[in-house]
Amino acid sequence: MTAETGVGHGHVDYLKVYLALLVLLGVSLAGPLVGLWWLTLVTAFGVAVVKALMVAAYFMHLNIERRWVWYLLLLMLGFMIVLFAGVAPDVLQGEGQHWVKSSGAVPGH
Amino acid sequence: MTHAIEATTPLATRRSASGVPTGRLAVWWLLASEIVIFGGLLASYLMHRLHHPHWADEAGHTNAIAGAFNTFVLLTSSLFAVLGHQAAERGDGRGAARYLVFTIGGGLVFLAVKAWEWTGEIRHGFTIFRDVFWAYYYTTTGLHGLHVVVGLVAMAFVATEARRGRNLHRVELVGIYWHFVDAVWIFLFPLFYIAR
Amino acid sequence: MAQTVVAAHPQTFWQRYVFSTDHKVIGLQYLFTGMAMAVVGAFLSYVFRMQLAFPGSAVPLYGVVTPGAYNALVTNHGTIMIFWVAMPILIAGFGNFLIPLMIGCDDMVFPRLNRLSYQVFFLSTVLILVSLVVPGGGFGGAWTAYPPLSASSQYNHTPWGAPLWLVAVALEFVAFLMGGINFVTTVMNARAPGMTPFRVPIVVWMIVIATVVFMASVGPLVAGAVMLLFDQVLGTHFYDPAAGGDPLLWQHLFWFFGHPEVYVVLLPALGVVAEVITTFARKKLFAYKTILYTAIATGIISFFVWAHHQFVAGIDPRMAHLFTITTLIISIPIAEMTFAFIATLYGGSIALTTPMLWALAFIAEFLLGGVTGIFLGANATDIFLHDTYFVVAHFHYTFFPIAIIGGFAGITYWFPKMFGRLMDDRLGKLHFWITILAFNAIFLPLFVLGAAGEHRRIWSYAGFAQLATPEFQTLRVVATVALIVMLIGQVVFVFNFVRSLVRGEPAGTNPWRANTLEWAAPSPPPHGNFAEPPTVYRGPYEYSVPGRELDYWPQHVPG
Repeated sequence: MTAETGVGHGHVDYLKVYLALLVLLGVSLAGPLVGLWWLTLVTAFGVAVVKALMVAAYFMHLNIERRWVWYLLLLMLGFMIVLFAGVAPDVLQGEGQHWVKSSGAVPGH
Repeated sequence: MTHAIEATTPLATRRSASGVPTGRLAVWWLLASEIVIFGGLLASYLMHRLHHPHWADEAGHTNAIAGAFNTFVLLTSSLFAVLGHQAAERGDGRGAARYLVFTIGGGLVFLAVKAWEWTGEIRHGFTIFRDVFWAYYYTTTGLHGLHVVVGLVAMAFVATEARRGRNLHRVELVGIYWHFVDAVWIFLFPLFYIAR
Repeated sequence: MAQTVVAAHPQTFWQRYVFSTDHKVIGLQYLFTGMAMAVVGAFLSYVFRMQLAFPGSAVPLYGVVTPGAYNALVTNHGTIMIFWVAMPILIAGFGNFLIPLMIGCDDMVFPRLNRLSYQVFFLSTVLILVSLVVPGGGFGGAWTAYPPLSASSQYNHTPWGAPLWLVAVALEFVAFLMGGINFVTTVMNARAPGMTPFRVPIVVWMIVIATVVFMASVGPLVAGAVMLLFDQVLGTHFYDPAAGGDPLLWQHLFWFFGHPEVYVVLLPALGVVAEVITTFARKKLFAYKTILYTAIATGIISFFVWAHHQFVAGIDPRMAHLFTITTLIISIPIAEMTFAFIATLYGGSIALTTPMLWALAFIAEFLLGGVTGIFLGANATDIFLHDTYFVVAHFHYTFFPIAIIGGFAGITYWFPKMFGRLMDDRLGKLHFWITILAFNAIFLPLFVLGAAGEHRRIWSYAGFAQLATPEFQTLRVVATVALIVMLIGQVVFVFNFVRSLVRGEPAGTNPWRANTLEWAAPSPPPHGNFAEPPTVYRGPYEYSVPGRELDYWPQHVPG
């Protein structure tokens, strides 16, 4: 094993990253309080994406890791988008010509 | 920086033709396979959530405060994990072990809150059978919780060895896994707790 | 590195053969398990084909086949052949045995994880076998396990068989995920000095690509399987439309994995064939880099074709058009690899040894399988052919070459390395001809029957006037008799295998005069593989290099 994870990559102040993450958490909690549905979406999921990227880059050190590791992980995410794109049209469609999908109400046990 | 890998490991394990140390490389591949497992589950959930508007009402019955608190707990435990990694880098085994113990503590708090949440929800009739929303909720957070437990066990092992100054490189590896668990939760939180 | 440091040498029987961490032992454990399960899978096919040929009669060694039993037989035949025969032999068996040898190191990078993967796999094998004999019988909902049939014991009548089947398959996935991490990490990191990426034997790359494709595609199905298991044993409603679930979701999750899975097994088989044809044509592999990039492209495209299994399931027809296009596209890289193999053979100095015969048969038979897939990949023709025996014939003309022909090619080729002895070539050829001729006699009739409309998964055609004609019944009998001939012919192989193990001629280090690194180690290789870790000086296919006296040039020989 070499100096791959060697000394001197404490450039990033982990505490600062952590505080930024907490601020973002706060933003995502405040978003829904405003009441605009699109803002809630942005704050909830946009913040989630940013937080995850920050954890990946700074805590997992992906920012100083070999590039192809990023690509590999993003490729996996890409496949999940393909999955969603290919399946969602079927799951999301409730009716068409001559048919209706029976997706019943809450059964309530 | 020393990597104290025992001499009884095969030559194969000590080579590093790709430039990424073997242990870390393996963790990346592990995460790659985990992304598609959680990704598949979450993609399925998301599709159904979009298709069933009433799920937003069901999601209103999850405890957003508990969820937010747990998000904070996991973020904090991730901080401890990376500080532990920093300590291990410096060769400070005892320091690394201490940080890992804090991380484990965070994980235990997370599980305790989760248990409290679930108990409350079940008592109020929001069982796994009530609606397919709840089936996804319990399955997804349960699968995540399982990964938390596995992570805690792994960190306990690594911490025990690190305190004795052995296999310090594993602190980083278990940390990467833990950060992944944290990242999954970062997505679970808005998906299940923040109602549209 | 002057010295190869290895783990403490195992001493007892249990340490050496049962709980070993040595990749060669683990590889053989997978190989033998796969071969044993092939007997089970073959027996299942014998029983249901006897039912089809002689409906209602008691099948020797089994008894009368009820409709429920028929469903369990076809379900488990398919499941076992894919997950407990093809994958363990081609990927785990050959991969484990060969990879460290071929890349010039002493073991996999995680030997104990390797052992654990086999133990999980072994458990999964026990579970699938147990599932066949529990009260209610084995699961009969087809290897595709669509809900609601698979989700509710009210429908499937196999309250124990169904969850056991599902858990067995899930555990098999876990075992191969673990093994997969080992394979990829080992090939990426543990290569011998001088073994640059393009000097790695193509079979190793194929196994790695297959592993990555597997890892990327099985995840959603693991999630889906957990959901199905909860539906089965807890009573949740993930796939129950009346309660807000969606059965079509399972289909998509299943086939998102199911289609890449066929390439997961195809690529290693192609790799085995490549190794065999280069050795026995004494010729360089044509267009190594092209083959490699094509294999990677195939792996990626395979993620975009899955819904061709669902053309008539009620998916959006516009999606069907899309998937038709991608499906037809994926035939191109496969055809290209076939051409590359033919180009490799062209002008070569061909030696028709038993492994070579298997490799050549692979190319010919897989070609037939591939072209018949075109009809199925086009949504318009698939409307008629879906769920008929045309599909069955198509996938046997692809799967049989992959698992059985590819398996025999690899086993006959590497037997000398694995066991230090040579197999009898004449018996090998006899076994080959019986198997190949019988194989075609089984499945060619099925194309005819399928095109005539014979549905799959039907226990008896007595109630279908247009299918119950004497001519069609004759075809069914022909196929069944051919199957019995083929199964009896396997005795030749078993006899050859066992006798060669015990009394075969000593093989020496490199009986085939091949280039790749496994042939530099003793036969069989000792614990630690190489006395001195080899260094690599050239690519793996330097055969018949002009100006050299010898027609081969091993990778580890300097100069």
